[in-house]
Amino acid sequence: MALMIGIPRETAAGEKRVATVPEVVEKLIKLGFKVAVESGAGDAANFSDDAYRAAGAEIIVGAPKLWAASDIVFKVVVPTPEEVGLMREGGNLIGFIWPAQNPELMQQLAAKKATVLAIDCLPRMLSRAQKMDALTSQAGVAGYRAVIEAANVFGRFFNGQITAAGKVPPAKVFIAGAGVAGLAAIGTAAGLGAVVRANDTRAEVADQVKSLGGEFVKVEYEEEGGGGGGYAKVMSEGFQQAQRDMYAKQAKEVDIIITTALIPGKPAPRLITAEMVKSMKPGSVIVDMAAERGGNCELTEPGQAVVKHGVTIVGYTDLNSRLAKQSSTLYGTNLFRLTEELCKTKDGIINVNMEDDAIRGLTVIKDGVVTWPAPAPKLPAAAAKPAVAKPAAAPAAHGHGGGGAPASATTTASIFGAAAVLFLLIGAYAPAAFLGHFTVFVLACFVGYMVVWNVTPALHTPLMSVTNAISSIIAIGALVQIAPPLSAGLDRPDGWIRWLAVAGIALTAVNMFGGFAVTRRMLSMFRK
Amino acid sequence: MSASLATVSYIGAIILFILSLGGLSHPESSRRGNLYGMIGMAIAVLATVFGPRVSMAGVPWIIGAMVVGGSVGLYAARKVQMTQMPELVAMMHSMVGLAACLVGFANYIDPIAALNLSSAEKSIHEIEIYVGILIGAVTFSGSLIAFGKLSAKIGGKPLLLPGRHFMNLAGLLVVIAFGWQFLHAETISAGMIGLTVMTVIALLFGVHMVMAIGGADMPVVVSMLNSYSGWAAAATGFMLNNDLLIVTGALVGSSGAILSYIMCRAMNRNFISVIAGGFGSGGGKPAKKADGDAQPAGEVVSISAAETAELLREAKSVIIVPGYGMAVAQAQHTVYEITKLLREKGVNVRFGIHPVAGRMPGHMNVLLAEAKVPYDIVMEMDELNADFPDTDVAMVIGANDIVNPAAQEDPTSPIAGMPVLEVWKAKTSIMMKRSMATGYAGVDNPLFYKENNRMLFGDAKKMLEEVFAALKA
Repeated sequence: MALMIGIPRETAAGEKRVATVPEVVEKLIKLGFKVAVESGAGDAANFSDDAYRAAGAEIIVGAPKLWAASDIVFKVVVPTPEEVGLMREGGNLIGFIWPAQNPELMQQLAAKKATVLAIDCLPRMLSRAQKMDALTSQAGVAGYRAVIEAANVFGRFFNGQITAAGKVPPAKVFIAGAGVAGLAAIGTAAGLGAVVRANDTRAEVADQVKSLGGEFVKVEYEEEGGGGGGYAKVMSEGFQQAQRDMYAKQAKEVDIIITTALIPGKPAPRLITAEMVKSMKPGSVIVDMAAERGGNCELTEPGQAVVKHGVTIVGYTDLNSRLAKQSSTLYGTNLFRLTEELCKTKDGIINVNMEDDAIRGLTVIKDGVVTWPAPAPKLPAAAAKPAVAKPAAAPAAHGHGGGGAPASATTTASIFGAAAVLFLLIGAYAPAAFLGHFTVFVLACFVGYMVVWNVTPALHTPLMSVTNAISSIIAIGALVQIAPPLSAGLDRPDGWIRWLAVAGIALTAVNMFGGFAVTRRMLSMFRK
Repeated sequence: MSASLATVSYIGAIILFILSLGGLSHPESSRRGNLYGMIGMAIAVLATVFGPRVSMAGVPWIIGAMVVGGSVGLYAARKVQMTQMPELVAMMHSMVGLAACLVGFANYIDPIAALNLSSAEKSIHEIEIYVGILIGAVTFSGSLIAFGKLSAKIGGKPLLLPGRHFMNLAGLLVVIAFGWQFLHAETISAGMIGLTVMTVIALLFGVHMVMAIGGADMPVVVSMLNSYSGWAAAATGFMLNNDLLIVTGALVGSSGAILSYIMCRAMNRNFISVIAGGFGSGGGKPAKKADGDAQPAGEVVSISAAETAELLREAKSVIIVPGYGMAVAQAQHTVYEITKLLREKGVNVRFGIHPVAGRMPGHMNVLLAEAKVPYDIVMEMDELNADFPDTDVAMVIGANDIVNPAAQEDPTSPIAGMPVLEVWKAKTSIMMKRSMATGYAGVDNPLFYKENNRMLFGDAKKMLEEVFAALKA
């Protein structure tokens, strides 16, 4: 019996997102589920009931009916007590829960004998969990939107321009915190042409900042700031002082500050003081993405855009709703990926497999029993950082000039020594005629070496066929034997020699003609 | 034609041969290079035939032999499939080897050759004959076996006889012993015994040597035999006191030696260990699982042809990494069609060639050239390995070991240190493969389990045709 997935309308004030979109509904139906959507659920995100219906969903009017009909409910925002009251006994719920902040909600859900998967509890270190990581997808959207909000209230261009009327300098943007939201903001601001600087307590993100076109500003203080799970940790007093100095300096220089600093389970760190705001140029903008958790800026008013000391401070807490269609699509896809994991049999039945690290982490209540917090997941073998004794790096040079590093002094010396002994022996015993040929031979080897290293690797096959063709020069050996002029008077087995030589000529002729012809054929194929 | 005139002609031929190899430094100049080679060869042959050492009585024989051999050669050159180039080249090596043997024997029984030689010179001359035939015979039988292996008439699995190194050593001792006997033989017929025994041993050695080498090492073997055929020609030159042969042989010999070296380096293998043999395939020889659970973690994500087309359509830059599997499936023409379409859409499509992709050095380039892929988008591994991080899609077609990240990440892997194409650094890599089976080296490929890798299972040609159809739609 296929389960029914229910999508209620989000009830939180100002929330425009919806937990799934028509495109994803189709995919869920392919997995074997039935999907019901509350009438009007997607309106705010520009998804009409008709679009859902066209994708195969059933439209139900009114939340109570929808909750009653659904075996599994997909939510975005943490459900309200009223919504939990509507929930079916023993039902399933997937969405943001924040169990640490919402203990009462957890009890209420447990009393309903529900099974609850909190998308915010996903073990983010598991690489295969990334496709389900809604925190990341939502933070990325918010980071993008933060830049757009800043651009909206900022009175100038982002990019520098030379206009007929004169030169416009590019806007300078400073981004505090280079997590997912921060990186998205860096990419967006750089894309608009601004000069972007960013800072993070985790020094390892510097490369990511640079790859997106930002400049990484270091705090001049030695401390490692990774706090596990992709978040930063609280830093020491000495570090914080150095960081404040750096922020104060940036505040004076830049036009726009976007702050994204969050520490799990704690109020947002205060990075921008009132003093710093005062020091900023009039018309500057601060976008505080941590406004919901108290704000990174002292003067932020959550949910509002205010002007203080000539600086616009944007503290919107609904950045995702301001880009509802994009946020919903990504969120819906995250939940679809999770559903895929829950329903590997593709028969519309979910299996909450507590052996699976990702699912175990997500499941905060199983059949009415609170299972949060999950034990730390076993790290997969690959993630256990092998202190990689890098295999000797392969020589980089290739194709031209002999390649590779010059041989070590001892090797070179021993090669030269061996060659000297060999030459000495040859010089002592070999007759003069042989030495002449030997000279030619050695020189020819060197010429060959030089010439062949210059051959482009793309033509190695033609090289082999053409060397094959010219090694048929051995025919000359056979030619001179076939009928030498002064054979008369000697006891020479003419017949034998002639047949050997004829066979030799015939064999080499195969190479001579075949080799050149096939090389020609190959080379004619190489074209621009 | 006087002897001096013949000598200057030979010098001309030598210069033309060197120019011929030099021309191969670039595809543009290569065609002219090949022409130089032909002219050089024509000059050398004509100068010999009309030179002082051939009387007119021999001309009909020469023409007859040339016509027979030449027509066989031309026929083969016209008919050969580009996938069969390695076989053709191996066959040609064996011809050179056999010709060197025949010339050596003929020279030994020819009294003119030993005329007016002092005793030291005579000894040297006989050593030259002995060595020339030795190299020729090893080249001949070794190339025949290589031909058999390449054309799958003989299995690719290395044949490892017990005590094979001792067998080779014993063979070498016997060859030296009979060499001594040969040098001190009073008459030609007495010397023939040593010469014949040595030839038989050399033939067996050639067979044994190549039989012991696995399928994965065939590119090395082919280039090594190329080198041997050169040395055989050089040895013949010493025997005949002919500088043209010496120079040409040395050119070919060093060319083959360099190619073998490049191939060994591309597999991070030691030349000696390749010759010692025993690495390679045949029938899914299971890899030794290093310390039990080195099984790569993660899951394999498969992808459909339509989704592949979707990814390609959205990409700005694409690198295609072809392997021999592409040639086996005859998919290179479809690959070109896809490339053409993407390039028309403004996508930067390039090909990344690993030095040992294919069965002989540069084989993949020829196969792509045959499919009309322009050579300026076909890059060597080192030219574009740094570009993968900026690449949207890296598509691997019928290759495996040459894109195995274990070579860099796992020091215990059997292929650790082998240079590989870093496809996993691209935003998305697509691995086109029939199954999860291992490659030649028999090593598991952690690439399959990387999160940005997608597997497109199925026959390369069929899958690519579907991708092409989806792209056109």
